[in-house]
Amino acid sequence: MTRTDPDSGRASTSLGLLPAGAPAPDFALASGPDRVLRLTDLRGRPAILVFYPADWSPVCGDELALFNELLPEFQRYEAQLVGISVDGIWCHQAYAEARRLRFPLLSDFEPKGQVSRAYNAYRQKDGFSERALFVVDREGLTRWSYLSPVNVNPGADGILLALEALPSNAANIGASP
Amino acid sequence: MSSHLAPPVSDADHIIGPADAPVTLVEYGDFECPYCGKAYPIVSSILDRMRGSVRFAFRHFPLTQLHPHAQHAAEMAEAAGQHGQFWPMHDTLFQNQKALGDEDLVSYAARLGIDRAWADSALASHRFASRVREQFLSGVRSGVNGTPTFFINGVRHDAGWDEPTLFEALQAVTMAERR
Repeated sequence: MTRTDPDSGRASTSLGLLPAGAPAPDFALASGPDRVLRLTDLRGRPAILVFYPADWSPVCGDELALFNELLPEFQRYEAQLVGISVDGIWCHQAYAEARRLRFPLLSDFEPKGQVSRAYNAYRQKDGFSERALFVVDREGLTRWSYLSPVNVNPGADGILLALEALPSNAANIGASP
Repeated sequence: MSSHLAPPVSDADHIIGPADAPVTLVEYGDFECPYCGKAYPIVSSILDRMRGSVRFAFRHFPLTQLHPHAQHAAEMAEAAGQHGQFWPMHDTLFQNQKALGDEDLVSYAARLGIDRAWADSALASHRFASRVREQFLSGVRSGVNGTPTFFINGVRHDAGWDEPTLFEALQAVTMAERR
C-alpha cells in the first residue's frame, strides 16, 4: 500500500522516510528509569510513532500537547502512541510531568539516534530526530509515514486518516466519523 | 497537511457579521491559551475595521491537559450561547483569562443575566461538553495544529496573525472575491 499526503498528493516516501509497506524496525528503548519498551510489545495493536527533535522546544510542545488531547480518539483504534527523541530519560520524565503527557516518551539516547536512523528519521547534521510520523499496523508493517518540516507542527489529521484506513479497523469499526 | 475547514461554517456556528460577507474568518481557539488572548484584541480590531465585509466564527479547541480551565470555559460559552449570550461570554472570558475557575464562570454567566443555578448545573452535568468536543475534533480533521488557528474562506491561514498580516490576508481574499 502506498500512501500519499492527502493534501499535496506528494508521496511521503519521496522524502526518504522508511516507506509504507516496509516492516517497522524493531527497537528496545528506555521509557523510564527502569522500563524498556519494545515495538514488539505493541504487536497486535496499531502503533503511532512520533519522532520529534527535542523536549521543551516550542513546536514539539504544541505537537505533543495536541496528540495528548487525542489519546481517546487513538484509543478507539486500540492504537498506542509513543514519542521518540534523543533526549535522556530524566529529561523525558521532567517534560512529561510538566506537560501532563499520558503516553510514553522513549529515549533514542545510546547509541544516539540509532532507532531514528533505522526509520530514516534522523538529522545527521543537527544530531536530533526529524519531525516524522509513522503508523504501524497490528502485524508490525509501516502503513503510513509523514515527514514534516522541522519547524511545522504536522497536526493529527493524517494519523487519524491512516488509522481509519487500516484494514483491521475497516473491519472492526467500519466507517467512523 | 490537510488544511481545509470541515465542516464549513453553518447555522450551527457562532457567527458575527453578515451572511453574505465576501470573506469568512474562522478561529479555533482556547479561552485559557495566552496566544488566543493576544489574538483577541487583534481580531476585534480587524472586525471593527472591516465591519460589513467580514464574517467571523469561533470554534472551540481547548487543550485541556495544558489549560485546566479551558474545557469548562468553552462549555460555559456554549451555555451562554443557549441564552443568546455567546459573544458577550466569549469577550468576558478573553478579558479575564486569569480568572476562569468554575465560580468565576458562573458569576460571569450571572452577570449576563443567566440563572446562576442553571449555569452551575450546566457545568456539573457536562451538558455542553459533547458540542465542545465535536468542534475540537472538526478542528483536528481540518488540520488545526495549535491555538489559535485561523481559516480564511475555508483555507488554513499559515502566515502570522499579527494585525497587519491577518488584515492584509483578509483584504486580499476580499479583493479576489469581489473581482
